Amino acid sequence: MGTEGLNRTAATAPADAAVVAGAMDEERPVRRLLPWLGTAALLLFFAALLPRLPLNPYHVQVLMYVGINIILTASLNLVNGYMGEFSVGHAGFMAVGAYASATVMLWLFPKALWPVLFPVALLIGGVASAVVGLVVAVPSFRTRGDYLAIVTLALNMIVKSAIENIEAVGGPRGLPGIGRLTTPGWVFFWVVVTLVALRHFVHSRFGRGVATIREDELAAELVGIDTRQVKLQAFLLSAFFAGVAGGLYAHLIQFINPRSFDILKSTEILVMVYLGGVASLAGSVVGATVYTVLLEALRFLGLWRWVLAPLLLVLLMIGRPRGLLGFREAALFVPAWERAIRRAAAGAGARAPTAGAAPGTRG
Amino acid sequence: MISYLLQQAINALQLGSVYALIALGYSMVYGVLRLINFAHGDIFMVGAFLGFFAAAIMRWPFVPTLLFSMLATAALGVTIERVAYRPLRDAPRVSAVITALGVGLFLEHFVLATVGAQPRQIPRMIPARFYPLPGDIGFSSNQAVIFGVAVLLMLILDLFVNRTLTGMAMRAISWDIRHLPLMGVPVNRIVSLTFAIGSALAAAGGILVGLAYPIIDPYMGILVGWKAFVAAVVGGIGSIRGAMAGGYVLAATEVFVAAFLPSTYRDFVAFSLLLTLLVFRPTGMFGRVWAQKV
Repeated sequence: MGTEGLNRTAATAPADAAVVAGAMDEERPVRRLLPWLGTAALLLFFAALLPRLPLNPYHVQVLMYVGINIILTASLNLVNGYMGEFSVGHAGFMAVGAYASATVMLWLFPKALWPVLFPVALLIGGVASAVVGLVVAVPSFRTRGDYLAIVTLALNMIVKSAIENIEAVGGPRGLPGIGRLTTPGWVFFWVVVTLVALRHFVHSRFGRGVATIREDELAAELVGIDTRQVKLQAFLLSAFFAGVAGGLYAHLIQFINPRSFDILKSTEILVMVYLGGVASLAGSVVGATVYTVLLEALRFLGLWRWVLAPLLLVLLMIGRPRGLLGFREAALFVPAWERAIRRAAAGAGARAPTAGAAPGTRG
Repeated sequence: MISYLLQQAINALQLGSVYALIALGYSMVYGVLRLINFAHGDIFMVGAFLGFFAAAIMRWPFVPTLLFSMLATAALGVTIERVAYRPLRDAPRVSAVITALGVGLFLEHFVLATVGAQPRQIPRMIPARFYPLPGDIGFSSNQAVIFGVAVLLMLILDLFVNRTLTGMAMRAISWDIRHLPLMGVPVNRIVSLTFAIGSALAAAGGILVGLAYPIIDPYMGILVGWKAFVAAVVGGIGSIRGAMAGGYVLAATEVFVAAFLPSTYRDFVAFSLLLTLLVFRPTGMFGRVWAQKV
């Protein structure tokens, strides 16, 4: 990956705090609140109205798959897109989250309290998955590139193989009897949490560290970035949301077995990331949506849909190697302060063109 | 006990020969293009199915079947490189990797849709015979053929890469693909040749697997492919002798784990060992350590 990505992702021009504050005021509070109001309205719609509409249950199911896939794609994009590593075992984290949340519910929580304790179970799934994420994060301090890819692949295989050998969770036969607690409202809620958390993370000081690691890890260390800390945070955050997605998935299909989380599932998530575009949350949303809906829409082709879909992917990659939205971001996924910094930098650039370029405005 | 261990070692040599042949394709392609060719496992699968076609339908004997499958699969590998990877040679590296994943999925499901999902059986091509060795052990005619063919192919490859001018060009590409055309090396032709050789070796692996475990199906390439990739990485990806060694190391690990623990632990232990190896030797056994520059 070339250095051109640096200019496109983060405003790196030094911006005067006062100028930035001024630029933030320029944006009217109403306009800043609008996305939040829209999100709240949508949440209300998904949680309260949608279940009452006479919709085809199959369509609602596909909608929830889209949401879960968005969480998986965006969380993998943090490691593969923003940080530029190549993790190929995301389904392993999903498996940990699915099994942790499902077993906590089945073994510890009384059935009457399931709907109330569902978020707790999802959090436990996410945390368990983040803990397993340490297995990848720690080797990543020394191992990188294709070798780190193998570490993630090995983790995926180890998780699957470990679950197959634990009789208490059904081994290779799987774990039945999970409550159907995942609703469109919950899925939408977690999609929002994921996207907001990642949006704030990638535009934070640590997030800039993540982008710097992608461009040049050695240089990142030389300018004083604690690369271990940054990698640790990125891997754990990514694993956490994959675990939450796994929990949502388990409580949607109500039956999980180790084969649902094999390398093929990881491949699917990879495809969604690179289809939508790396280092872009908007890309993750688009990639997950297009992929999920397209595969469902091609269902009438039977076996041949799996012949056609990869062909489309190859054609897309040849035509648009960076994916649909690679390194481009919708304004919605850029925090207000970042937009302000970019405007300030653009303003400074316009006033004093000789003072240096103002990167970030191309974003 | 000792004879049991020796017998397992013979089994490991058989499995390792197959892993090594497939791992070579990964490593050679990685060496010249820095591309993890994730379709390689499925090229191996196509090789096995072509072997099935030649042996079961055309009723050819072993050697013509092997040669036919190797040649046809080599053509397939060259075509894939030409159509899917060459347009992406200057694109970001991951685009090519994702394309490779796509090609792999395509091959799997194309075979699935045209040949069908039911497992096929490759007919026995080598007369069954058992050669006893001193001490209660022995090997079968299949094992002898698998090991012999694999070692022969690897010897030829090693001589080719290290002793011929074309082989030298191949090694040169792995050092510096950008400036090599200036030295008058036809890079595209060498890359095509690399894919041809890698795919032919994978096809040979497919036929040999068909001798040992005659049931083949369209998804057989996935797990074997990933394992061969692991073997290539264990040996140090890009290193040809490393790939050979990695294949036998991985096979030995798997066979001996299965010999002492329930076989369901095989993948668990094998991949845990791999993870440990990579933590302590981040570039595998024979991997080249590149100097980092800013």
